[in-house]
Amino acid sequence: MEHKRPPSGPASVTPQRHSAPTTTPNSTAIRSTWRRWRDRFFFVLFFASVAIGILGLAALVIDVMIDGLGVLDFSFINSYPSRHAEESGIRAALFGTIWITVGTAAFAIPIGVGTAIFLEEFAPDHWAVRLVQLNISNLAGVPSIIYGILGLALFVQAFALDRSVLAGSLTMTLLVLPIVIIVSQEAIKAVPGEFRDAAFALGANRWQVVKTVVFPQAIPGIMSGIILALSRAVGEAAPMLMISSLVFLTFIPSSPGDRFTVLPVQIFNWVSLPQPGFQAVASAGIIILLAVLLSLNSIAIWIRNRYQTRY
Amino acid sequence: MASLNRQKNKRSDFGASVEARRQARRWVRAEQRVVVAVFLLATLVSVLATVGIIYTLLRESYGFFQVVSAWEFITGTRWAPLFEPQAFGVLPLIAGTLLAAGIAGIVALTLGLGAAIYLSEYAPDRVRRIIKPVLEVLAGIPTVVYGFFALSFVTPLLQSFLPIPVIFNVLSAGIVMGLMIMPMVSTLSEDAMVAVPRPLRDAAYALGATRFEVATKVVVPAALPGIVAAFILALSRAIGETLIVTIAAGATPNLTLNPLESIQTMTAYIVQVSLGETPQGTLVFKTIFAVGLLLFLMTLIMNIVGRWVVRRYTERY
Repeated sequence: MEHKRPPSGPASVTPQRHSAPTTTPNSTAIRSTWRRWRDRFFFVLFFASVAIGILGLAALVIDVMIDGLGVLDFSFINSYPSRHAEESGIRAALFGTIWITVGTAAFAIPIGVGTAIFLEEFAPDHWAVRLVQLNISNLAGVPSIIYGILGLALFVQAFALDRSVLAGSLTMTLLVLPIVIIVSQEAIKAVPGEFRDAAFALGANRWQVVKTVVFPQAIPGIMSGIILALSRAVGEAAPMLMISSLVFLTFIPSSPGDRFTVLPVQIFNWVSLPQPGFQAVASAGIIILLAVLLSLNSIAIWIRNRYQTRY
Repeated sequence: MASLNRQKNKRSDFGASVEARRQARRWVRAEQRVVVAVFLLATLVSVLATVGIIYTLLRESYGFFQVVSAWEFITGTRWAPLFEPQAFGVLPLIAGTLLAAGIAGIVALTLGLGAAIYLSEYAPDRVRRIIKPVLEVLAGIPTVVYGFFALSFVTPLLQSFLPIPVIFNVLSAGIVMGLMIMPMVSTLSEDAMVAVPRPLRDAAYALGATRFEVATKVVVPAALPGIVAAFILALSRAIGETLIVTIAAGATPNLTLNPLESIQTMTAYIVQVSLGETPQGTLVFKTIFAVGLLLFLMTLIMNIVGRWVVRRYTERY
């Protein structure tokens, strides 16, 4: 912190002491000392806000670990939920999460990346296009529970998909779509214009430029954005709670038409049970959920560092 | 003659290849046309999502407002659709939502702004590069985990020195929600502060200002639109947050400003009904669309205002 110490301190005190004979002799010196102390006090305060944030994170992780590590073992991962806390496991939720994540990826990646390419490379500068862009950033701010309401009314009821993996995946697709689009657009924007110009100069048309130059360059950015969007889907509970409801499942979904539960919903279920043993089970579930998210994010960071080129 | 012949041959070859190239170019154009059409369809999905949200919320709310007057809904002070006698005054849910979001906002603004000032004005680059990603982990933790944390750690902590009657209270949920949205405030505010040009700071330092004075009298005022926008966007996030308040704040529609009491937010109410035994199509079921519509409008307005503040008031240096 030494490197940008401002010129307060003694330097500004000494000259003032000589130049203030008419006022109270020490008033400027006192004022200067007071200003220095105030500076230090607020430095501590600002640092404390960072520290509280980090301590909160640490408390959360430690709290979960203390409660959950005792329960966490292979039989917990491999068992179905049970009325007895000690026999409960997370198998159904874990496979449900995999189903939903894969299903969401299958819809959200082509639609999201396609939208991003269209908006960045093909769309004319037109008021309708600007409206679509504005709409996408507004969708990104819509509360997730609203997507749950939409999914319930549209996919579960109107499309008669029932509370199936497919209905869950479609709902989650709409939820993460704005993220995929916005991140992909950023990645496409980051490809330098000279690359495009060079390809155009060789006689390529716009789609050939996108296909052979822009898209391959943008893939790492798009990939890490997709993984971040999917990790949002893995952790999101509210819409899945509305779609899947609190079911007691003792099977793994075997087709997109089957009922499902996901990790956050299972955890919510355990958290809301009054019997004391389930708090530990919930913590163990949280450890699994955080581990899944941590690995997803590590992959995203790894891809970014490994493949991203700076121009 | 031979050479002329060869040239003739060549020319006819050339003619064929021109035809082939034309064919190829037609294919390339056709491919582009198909691809653009497909991408346009993909773009329409996000438009349809918005249309779907608005249509669904309006259609079911319309059914609701045919039975319950909009005036009763907006001004009523008792919310009890699940009990007899039924009451459909949404104010207790709004009050609960705003109380939880307000507590979260106070926590997030204090911590987030402090962290942003520290990161942009005090921290050496090395420290900032470590602290920023750690803080952003907070934004990536699932809300159900925060809910568990509020219930199993923060509430007992608060109960040890505050008279909290039941385990569910809005203070605990609000504090934890503040922790969740703090990185949003700090990241967006810090971006705004970093964008304040160096010479403005240097000028203040040259006048003998301390770092605190530079931060509060030069940098924060110059970055204020960004900070205000960050705060509004974070608040909108808190208003729409569901799991923390469902788990830790309770399920008691309660028109109160007392942070130690149990309340119910709009989001928590939607969860309660959708998990309950309420048959679809009934008046009670329709309430979640009316409440959802209100929630959608509140967050939409805040998001639009937040982005507008950034665009309208950001100084360009």
